[in-house]
Amino acid sequence: MTERRLLSGDEAVALAARDAGVHLGTGYPGTPSTEILEAFGALGGRAQWAPNEKVALEVGLGAAYGGARALVTMKHVGLNVAADPLFTAAYTGVSGALVVVTADDPGMASSQNEQDNRRYAIAAGLPMLSPADPQEAYDYLLRAIELSERWSIPVLFRMTTRVCHSKSLVTTRAAPPAPRAPRFERDIPGRVMVPAYARPAHRRLRAKLAELAAFGETSDLNTVTAGDPALGIITDGVCALHAAEAAPGASLFKIGLVHPLPIERLRAFAASVRRCLVIEEGDPVIADALRAAGIAVESKPEMFRFGELDVGRVRRILANDLSVEPPLPKGRPPELCAACPYHPVYATLRKLDCIVAGDIGCYTLGVMEPYRAMDTCVAMGASIGVGLGLRHVLPAEQARRVVSIIGDSTFIHSGVSGIMEMAYNPPASGHVVIVLDNGITAMTGQQEHPGTGRTLEHEATGKISIEGTTRAMGIETTVIDAFADPAGFERLLVERLAAPRLSVIVARRPCVLAAADIRGWEKAAEASRSSAAASCAGCAAEEA
Amino acid sequence: MSARVTNVILAGLGGQGVIKASDILADAAVRAGYDVKKAEVHGMSQRGGSVTSDVRFGSRVLSPMIPRGEADFLVVLAPSEVEVTRPLLRPGGLLLAPDFVPEAELANKRCLNVALLGALSASLEIPAAIFLEAIKAALAERLHAVNEQAFELGRARGARVLAAAGT
Repeated sequence: MTERRLLSGDEAVALAARDAGVHLGTGYPGTPSTEILEAFGALGGRAQWAPNEKVALEVGLGAAYGGARALVTMKHVGLNVAADPLFTAAYTGVSGALVVVTADDPGMASSQNEQDNRRYAIAAGLPMLSPADPQEAYDYLLRAIELSERWSIPVLFRMTTRVCHSKSLVTTRAAPPAPRAPRFERDIPGRVMVPAYARPAHRRLRAKLAELAAFGETSDLNTVTAGDPALGIITDGVCALHAAEAAPGASLFKIGLVHPLPIERLRAFAASVRRCLVIEEGDPVIADALRAAGIAVESKPEMFRFGELDVGRVRRILANDLSVEPPLPKGRPPELCAACPYHPVYATLRKLDCIVAGDIGCYTLGVMEPYRAMDTCVAMGASIGVGLGLRHVLPAEQARRVVSIIGDSTFIHSGVSGIMEMAYNPPASGHVVIVLDNGITAMTGQQEHPGTGRTLEHEATGKISIEGTTRAMGIETTVIDAFADPAGFERLLVERLAAPRLSVIVARRPCVLAAADIRGWEKAAEASRSSAAASCAGCAAEEA
Repeated sequence: MSARVTNVILAGLGGQGVIKASDILADAAVRAGYDVKKAEVHGMSQRGGSVTSDVRFGSRVLSPMIPRGEADFLVVLAPSEVEVTRPLLRPGGLLLAPDFVPEAELANKRCLNVALLGALSASLEIPAAIFLEAIKAALAERLHAVNEQAFELGRARGARVLAAAGT
């Protein structure tokens, strides 16, 4: 049965996953990808948050080794974290289906860089689909599952902010045949990547890619709209829609399978038009590949590598207009919420003139006025390593003012390994790490994580104690509510900075936006914990 | 139904209901039988920053984003956002600023988003009854009456302005 609904690209991916019977969806929250798993869970799918993207990809890979259909979601920088298993998963392939969503953010609406993850498809040697709108997000996710199962290969699914977050009408379609029941089949040479098995696996991967390239030459994932032979546009993703609007009469080659590229079809297309222009967001990935294949195409001028494209910018590219672009409207920038529990922390860091190695989350907004209390922000978890590096080399007077500051979800994501480094290679001046624990992944819209003790759907599960973790590594750890006791927090920080020791301060108070929800979830989780305990006669008897 | 695409930008600050209003408008356009696309940037907006949402509808919509300077209507919920977003409006386009509906006349000032939608609706071909369906579908039942009233208030003012402008 088909239906027609207004959906975001994220919701369309979730709906397609549900319709395709995806057994497991996992990922780590990251704008603009976060809503996929939330929507998949709300549709009844099995959706869960992982501590980070690498673990998510490994869980999805295991599920796909077991013959299941798995969906793994993350933002573009998340794929950097997951790149290690990704590259070798390309060699092993999968038994079921594995679709990895990378949500790129050209223009950096909510990201620290605008890397172009189409390059990962080339680097890892994986097929990549690139939908233009929610309808294609739905259709292509079903196609991605088919490709993954047909070639026993993980498939990358590249979305961008505008595809994830724009809404349009989506008509559902007949889903691919129902998945097989998961079942383990031993395949030691195919799955154990020791060099002797990995060498033939690499050759198998390249053979699959050659087949996929041949498939792309005839597949309807790549479409040509014949038009005026004076102008041909080669494009992918949402740029295809901007281009169709900016140049309604042009001949249009829209690439849906962006890796491997249908080079011979593109060669014929380029030869069929007088001017052939590649319109793509980010890096000139398609243009470079075509030129390397000896196909003469125009690429966009360098100024259009930066930021996202829109109809107006595409018109400029077509007109070869290199004049200075009018600035985008500058609205009010985001800031820490008025009642954010982190205000006293930043006020103190500013007052004590600390050198602050920061991290990724809404607390990064401590860099804004009035605090300006952050000196570095690079990658998830980087605050601790960067702080340690500064401590190692700075003159003593500066070194003892260095503080690393990291949120609770970011600590779980990859801060823990920084704490191991701190315990193992302590700077002479010691170090102070402040964990800002507001009990939720706040920046992306209040997602659960292993430190909250509740699942993606807010049900009770195992809980990782931040202070328990750091204490287990031998680091002196103090928990304080800096909002309730700002003077006490300042005294504590002054004392810790003065001592050449390693210490962690957990500044704990719930996110003001999430506090009421957290209370509700925790109440329900508590009730289920106690009813589970009550129904287990064994433990009760033992405790008695 | 007109074949050309109608472009509406809604703007304001995080927490003002910009996205909710654009959801209602997009749903109303779907119910009226249009092709509809809607785009906005999420993420930092929850922290009180500027929010704009593009809603486009017509017989066929391509790009989800309204080309700069081509909005037919600009609906602004926060006084601070009027000047920054004005360049998005096409020459001759209609600006509905927050004071278009006096706050004192609203039973609940949080309904400004729906009141301005009402004002906008007076200039669109989508019937009021369809808007009211979309409002009810988007909001909890206890909010229906107060928002319906806000919509009608805005629509009446919008209609007066249209009449005065002789359109």
